Amino acid sequence: MTPLIWITTILVASAAGFLGTFMISKRMSLTAGPFGHLALPGVAIALLYDFNVFLGALGFILFGALIVWVLRRVSNLPLEALTGIAFVFGLSLGFLFLPMEHAKEAIMGDVTKININDFWIALTFSIITFITVSKIHKKIVLVTLSEDLAKTLGANVKTLDLIFLILIALVTAMEVKIVGGIMTVAMIILPASIASNLARSLKQYLLISPLSGVISASIGLLIYQYTNLPAGPLIILSLFTLFLISLLFKKRV
Amino acid sequence: MSEIILKVKNLKVSFGKETVIENLSFKVKRGDFISIIGPNGSGKTTLLKALLGLIKYEGEIEWKKGIKINYLPQWFSKESFSVIPITVKEFFELKNTDEEKIKKAIEMVGLEYKKVLNKNPHELSAGQFQRLLIAWTFVDEPDVVLLDEPTTGIDIGGEKTIYHLLYKFWKEKGMTILMVTHELNIVYYYSTNVLCLHKRCLAFGKPEDVLNEKILTKTYGIKIKFHKHKMRR
Repeated sequence: MTPLIWITTILVASAAGFLGTFMISKRMSLTAGPFGHLALPGVAIALLYDFNVFLGALGFILFGALIVWVLRRVSNLPLEALTGIAFVFGLSLGFLFLPMEHAKEAIMGDVTKININDFWIALTFSIITFITVSKIHKKIVLVTLSEDLAKTLGANVKTLDLIFLILIALVTAMEVKIVGGIMTVAMIILPASIASNLARSLKQYLLISPLSGVISASIGLLIYQYTNLPAGPLIILSLFTLFLISLLFKKRV
Repeated sequence: MSEIILKVKNLKVSFGKETVIENLSFKVKRGDFISIIGPNGSGKTTLLKALLGLIKYEGEIEWKKGIKINYLPQWFSKESFSVIPITVKEFFELKNTDEEKIKKAIEMVGLEYKKVLNKNPHELSAGQFQRLLIAWTFVDEPDVVLLDEPTTGIDIGGEKTIYHLLYKFWKEKGMTILMVTHELNIVYYYSTNVLCLHKRCLAFGKPEDVLNEKILTKTYGIKIKFHKHKMRR
């Protein structure tokens, strides 16, 4: 396994973990999952026409977000219901077009397909994710506490939602080669859940979340190297194991 | 005469077909302590939200330019903190204030800075938590503070402490306060003006002029007689 695969995976894992810290907001955590699943049809199309799965996934997630936005305008359904609808739509479309010889790669990822382009993509968008999240996390905390209050202190809730959605799309698309088109949400939600169990302060939370992403990714890749089992599920199982361990240390409040 | 910092003229707020506030006009001077009273559903919270620009309204709301307004919503609950790993210090730092000011504000509400500093607000008692919120609301030295029933969920002893703290902040810092409350004794002794609201303004003036049986009965829709209790400020 090349250093390129290691570095790219770790970059993506840390960015996903850092973005996951937004999950303290209930609305955002409910949105993240289904949007992540929209990657699959994009991956299927990219594999079918042989272009970078990052672009395919990104394009399809943004397309899905647009559909949800339109549905929201014409119906009164809650956002969670609409993203749920977008999710099954994405999956069925994905399965319909997915070339069967690539099914495994699309569903659980394939780190050996990581190339130099993926590295540059991961580097660029990880940096963007880190800068953006650091800049707006205070506002996210305020919105989580009270939307009205956040607004009076100058937070624009709609803009925050949009930024969040774009970051989810970018990070999910970067993850596709590592964990496939269905399990992307794990790399975002699990590190944040681990951090939430362990952290006593915001500072610790923002540190532990990306760190547990990096640790699990490294463990997953190491096991992959020695067993040749697929890396994606190994990374996610490492995350889950870390999560179980974190439960033992969960602070009692 | 102090300057006028808020002018409200012919304010009307409706949600769909239902009109919640109409024909409301009043003025607020710098340094006023205004209590807003009225029965449930009379539009008190709605009025605060309109003043903050959080909801759509018709008519005019004109704040003096460059005025810093802070808001403490009702039911800003302790439970909302249980999902966020955040310390008291970090909670105050959300407002970009320096440590010296944070320490002063926390001590002013009678909490021990060193003791609460690294706790999650969720770990404090209900009374301590509410006092913390008062400190938080005042820490960045606003010109105006809007409070929506700041003693929701607190026992009677705790209520008095909170109102006393508010009065202390108001007096020492020379701020303007607009507060929604049900506590008529507090209204009588602490506020400079009272706004009786029931969809429209039923009375606006000094507490001794407004808090009489006739106006209160009109405001609350049932016969209410107000007994003054002796209180220390």
